Amino acid sequence: MDDRRLENILGNLLRAGVLLAAVIVLAGGILYLFHYGSNPVSYRTFSAGGPDRRTVPGIAQSAAALHSVGLIQLGLLLLIATPVARVVMAVAGFYLERDRLYVVVSLIVLAVLTFSLMHAT
Amino acid sequence: MTALTFTIVVWLMSTMAGFLGALTGLGGGVVVVPVLALALGVDIKYAIGASLVSVIATSSGAAAAYVKEGFSNIRIGMLLEVATTLGAVAGAYLAAYTSTHAIAIIFGLVLVQSAYQSLVNRNTEDEEIVQSDALARRLRLGSAYPLKGKSQEYGVTNVPTGFSLMFGAGALSGLLGIGSGAVKVIAMDRAMRIPFKVSTTTSNFMIGVTAAASAGVYLSRGYIDPRVTMPVMLGVLGGAFLGTKVLVRARVRTLRIVFGVVILVLAVEMILNGIMGRV
Repeated sequence: MDDRRLENILGNLLRAGVLLAAVIVLAGGILYLFHYGSNPVSYRTFSAGGPDRRTVPGIAQSAAALHSVGLIQLGLLLLIATPVARVVMAVAGFYLERDRLYVVVSLIVLAVLTFSLMHAT
Repeated sequence: MTALTFTIVVWLMSTMAGFLGALTGLGGGVVVVPVLALALGVDIKYAIGASLVSVIATSSGAAAAYVKEGFSNIRIGMLLEVATTLGAVAGAYLAAYTSTHAIAIIFGLVLVQSAYQSLVNRNTEDEEIVQSDALARRLRLGSAYPLKGKSQEYGVTNVPTGFSLMFGAGALSGLLGIGSGAVKVIAMDRAMRIPFKVSTTTSNFMIGVTAAASAGVYLSRGYIDPRVTMPVMLGVLGGAFLGTKVLVRARVRTLRIVFGVVILVLAVEMILNGIMGRV
């Protein structure tokens, strides 16, 4: 396991994640336009919205019920998860390289990401 | 405007933004936010939320291509991501306590810098390769990259300066929902004396992780609206993909100038609208 091979695996993993996320977002988008396409919209004033937009459990529930908004958010969540997966893979890769210093560095990055994502639970 | 019209207009604009962003190396986020806010009257919080997500999409999507070229340095990237992610969380917190007018003005200033970068082409021909200093050696940051068919070793210096600048890059990313690749490249290429090509590709690799650190905070605050983000993300991603495909054939120089002028106009508009309290 060298750096180049590790990076190659990571790169392909990320691309697959992005593609899957885009497909889910597209499916949700088509469903949304099918149901609400002719409704008037305005995004001039901000409102935070309900848990089906803002929390992981809320999004999971809405997506499981095949609601368009929940599906789109599920795809976006998956997208947000791709860089997180990249850091997790880097921890594993550095561990296999017996590079203790960079295992610790990657774990710190992972901790910061986890802290941020905890907001949405 | 109906939901269908809004979606199609935003999708078309985002495709253009992603396309031009990939061709010029500036990323799509910098144009998406002002266009959404100024042309379509979208609240800037929705705009930066949608932009942040599309930044993650292009960074993760392009990673495989960059890795194959063999320029990016995963150790430098990971070490500096400690700084960018911490900065990004701080910036995302700050976004909630900063008025939208102030965000618009700061955004405008960042756009001025992007326009400058697009208009003034950097000469990377006669780059000086440095030796790693003591700290960089201990952190094993030096590596090698392909140059003129050979493997060229390079060193890294001024790690603390680069690290601090990276915190700033992360904070800007979290505050404005952009990749802030430009500041990342400055930190690596100017401060740490890393070769330009290694700096830009490593920066692209870092952008996704940095943005993900703000994304949790953004999501929980409702900045990421599915109905706005869907066409932006799909458009920027598709446009960026097209951009990388035609990159070899396009007249990049002319495009950079056109794009630079467009960004400059958007910058002025953002700053003026911010000052007058209309955004």
